[in-house]
Amino acid sequence: MPFDESVLFVFMLAAFLGFELIRRVSPLLHTPLMSLTNAISAIAVVGAIVITGEAGATTLSKVLGFIAVTASTINLVSGYLITDRMLKMFKKRNGGR
Amino acid sequence: MQHAVQVMYVLSAALFVFSLKWMSAPATARRGVLAGEAGMLLAVVGTLLRHDVVNYQWIFIAFLIGSAIGVPLAYLMPMTAVPQRTALSHAFGALAAALVGAAEYYKHTPHGFIMGALVMETLLGFLTFTGSLMAFGKLQEILPTRPIVYRGQNVINLTLFAVAASFGVALVIHPEQTWMFPIFAGLSLLFGVLLIIPIGGADMPTVIALLNSYAGLSASAMGFALDNKLLIIAGALDGSSGFILSVIMCRAMNRSFTNVLFGAFGQVQVSAAQTAQRTVRSASPEEAAEILDSARRVIVVPGYGLAVAQAQHKLRELHDSLTRRGVDVQFAIHPVAGRMPGHMNVLLAEADVPYDRLHEMDEINSEFAQADVALVIGANDVCNPAARHDRSSPIYGMPILNVDHARTVMVIKRSLSPGFAGIDNELFYMDRTLMLFGDAKAFLASIVKELAAAAKAA
Repeated sequence: MPFDESVLFVFMLAAFLGFELIRRVSPLLHTPLMSLTNAISAIAVVGAIVITGEAGATTLSKVLGFIAVTASTINLVSGYLITDRMLKMFKKRNGGR
Repeated sequence: MQHAVQVMYVLSAALFVFSLKWMSAPATARRGVLAGEAGMLLAVVGTLLRHDVVNYQWIFIAFLIGSAIGVPLAYLMPMTAVPQRTALSHAFGALAAALVGAAEYYKHTPHGFIMGALVMETLLGFLTFTGSLMAFGKLQEILPTRPIVYRGQNVINLTLFAVAASFGVALVIHPEQTWMFPIFAGLSLLFGVLLIIPIGGADMPTVIALLNSYAGLSASAMGFALDNKLLIIAGALDGSSGFILSVIMCRAMNRSFTNVLFGAFGQVQVSAAQTAQRTVRSASPEEAAEILDSARRVIVVPGYGLAVAQAQHKLRELHDSLTRRGVDVQFAIHPVAGRMPGHMNVLLAEADVPYDRLHEMDEINSEFAQADVALVIGANDVCNPAARHDRSSPIYGMPILNVDHARTVMVIKRSLSPGFAGIDNELFYMDRTLMLFGDAKAFLASIVKELAAAAKAA
């Protein structure tokens, strides 16, 4: 595969965007923020699916991929659900949000 | 079809960006979670539609097993255990990234840039996996929460890292030498363990944030290896988020990264013995209730001890009872209170304390001087005045809550033993300080009962 340097630009821009977005998050929400970004990092599931389901995958690939899909599913399912569970609890004095 | 997959990936990346954007305020935060879920769904469905994915059986079984474990993990964990759950979740995510890296390596032993990315992915993935498991063990108190230190620790850790990194470089130069890969993976796993065991519980907020960042960077490295821009973007967002949070935590303790990772904070200070004879004033629940009842402004300072005692609901009852009697009750949250960033906020939100009563340190610090009572529950180092003036103190320079400026200070604490960092707190010995000895939950319950009795009598 020839090296495509555009991936480095993508990374750089996404990292800067991340900095700008996260800086604005109120410290009140730092715990749900961390569990949300943790769930987003379960995007590794994309690679895991390809490894497991590819045509001609070796047994080793299938085993490693299977564990990886399981692990990242745990990560993303529990991550999103608990973030929402936490956010539901944040209420203002008059019962509003 | 393949174009459709790319479009889905682009939409997914956009949804992740919106997800973080909406996370910035409580009013839109739940929409943020929804956007994140939609983004992930698009990514997964898009990947399943790719023409190179042909066997679905094992993938769906893995989805089922993962969900069967993930759902109870999210719903059955008590809110006090959120730091542990987060650490465990980091471990799973990082393991997935590392294993994909390993599988990719054995599949086609890539060269050059791709191999470099794979090495980064597996190194970060494996060390985050074991490191997060160690953090989980410490938070769950399966492992001792005090730092585990031994002579020459830093030398051993740095040497180990250097050896692991050398194997990584060697693999990039000679990817066909497959015997090196298991050694490299093993060293990465071991380094994760050794990196976290010397870190004490009080430093967990920084460490969890740092592990969060590593898990993201590992996913990003996977994106480089697989030439997948969605992975790069999602990983970079996560990586920068964890990094910012750990910088915020470090700043709130006036310490550097190196100091947190290699400083082995939390060894018991020798000087603690000198102050043992000093006297303190203590008070009963009745006296405490009386003082609180006659106060106009009360500022509560919660710390990790509140979570340990599971006293957040009793604290809310106290807040309600005092508010009903016309006392103004506010909460002061130090950035590193608890075991992860924002831990106290979640705990108090769980107990239905309105979030507009929770204030950041900078916001509320000037108000302690006007407060009649500062009530400290399970917090210690974050309100130790030694941080301001005692140059010999390990926490010198750390920004603290100005609890000592309040007219009366009340501290609920089990005993006089020094706090987590092992530093004696001169706040306890001040003339205006009343120590309320006992379990936080039981003590708060007695105060609430006294207040109710007083209300009836009046």
